[in-house]
Amino acid sequence: MEKHVVVIFPHPDDEAFGAAGSVAKFRAEGVPVTYLCGTLGQMGRNMGNPTFANRESLPEIRKKELKQACATLDMELKMLGYRDKTIEFEDKQEVADHLRGYLEEIKPSLVITHYPGYAVHPDHNSLGAAAIQAVEDMNPEERPKIWAQAFSNGHEEALGAPDIKHDIHDYFDKKLQTILSHDSQVAGMFGWYKQLDDLDEEVKKELIENQAIERFYLWEFDKNDEK
Amino acid sequence: MKPIEIEKVQQMLDNYLDKEVYIHLETTNGAYANHLDANAYTVGAYIRNTKVTYKQAKIIGDGSSYRVGLKMELGWIYAEGLTDWTIYQENQLLLAGHDREGRLMVALEISETPFQQ
Ligand SMILES: [Zn+2]
Repeated sequence: MEKHVVVIFPHPDDEAFGAAGSVAKFRAEGVPVTYLCGTLGQMGRNMGNPTFANRESLPEIRKKELKQACATLDMELKMLGYRDKTIEFEDKQEVADHLRGYLEEIKPSLVITHYPGYAVHPDHNSLGAAAIQAVEDMNPEERPKIWAQAFSNGHEEALGAPDIKHDIHDYFDKKLQTILSHDSQVAGMFGWYKQLDDLDEEVKKELIENQAIERFYLWEFDKNDEK
Repeated sequence: MKPIEIEKVQQMLDNYLDKEVYIHLETTNGAYANHLDANAYTVGAYIRNTKVTYKQAKIIGDGSSYRVGLKMELGWIYAEGLTDWTIYQENQLLLAGHDREGRLMVALEISETPFQQ
């Protein structure tokens, strides 16, 4: 069993789509989980559908949604205060040191973050890289494991099949509730999750299957050191 | 925000004439554009809290989509595809263009005080 899990992602809603089922599972087992959320998603394009947010009101709205999502998952929340879309332009070592401060205090047994280079959004890639740097900078005996999440097109060709395939069907309702907490962001293709009950069984099944297995790569420190 | 009312926006633009104002100007098609469609390009740009003074301002459009041009001493500020407007926190004029699903594509905002960092 894990001792404490720390989730490190840059945006409010990354935890919902990426790891909410796994978090719910850990919490059900009594494992404490802390979310270090990098930004408030200030530069998001989705303003609600129909729109109810604007560029200036969005940060406060997303902060509320994030708190709601973390309350749903019963997960502790720490907001890191970076600005959306700018993490890759920060000093990487500074961000890593910032994260290491939290890790040395919390002493998690597992860190969940994005796989650098395979997570599409520059914030995902750069915060993931800083999180891995932070763990690498720790004493090897005190290092937590890292589960890195990849979802860029073609990542399986490059990285192979993911090491961890977490089946979270039992926690799907919790995950759905977490996703829907991010009301301003649940638009476009994710808007379907709002009307799950009205959907055709086949479509519904596919939507659930897309979210019911959470995939991660176990980070290999030595292998990646040599590169 | 609400659909642009051209006279009211023109009046607001004129209120800032010859004053020092802070600008937020942005355009984006989303960080996932190329991920979701390999034929699409991910493009975007923004500037925030740039202090300028303009001496002439116009909003022009066809009733659904608008352009705004601000003429400065040494250059121009321009935005196209604006559809909605609002006054935020009393002194900030927010203009934005949204797509059919309510996603922001372009924004031009003017304020006499700096926008939140
Ligand atoms: Zn994200």
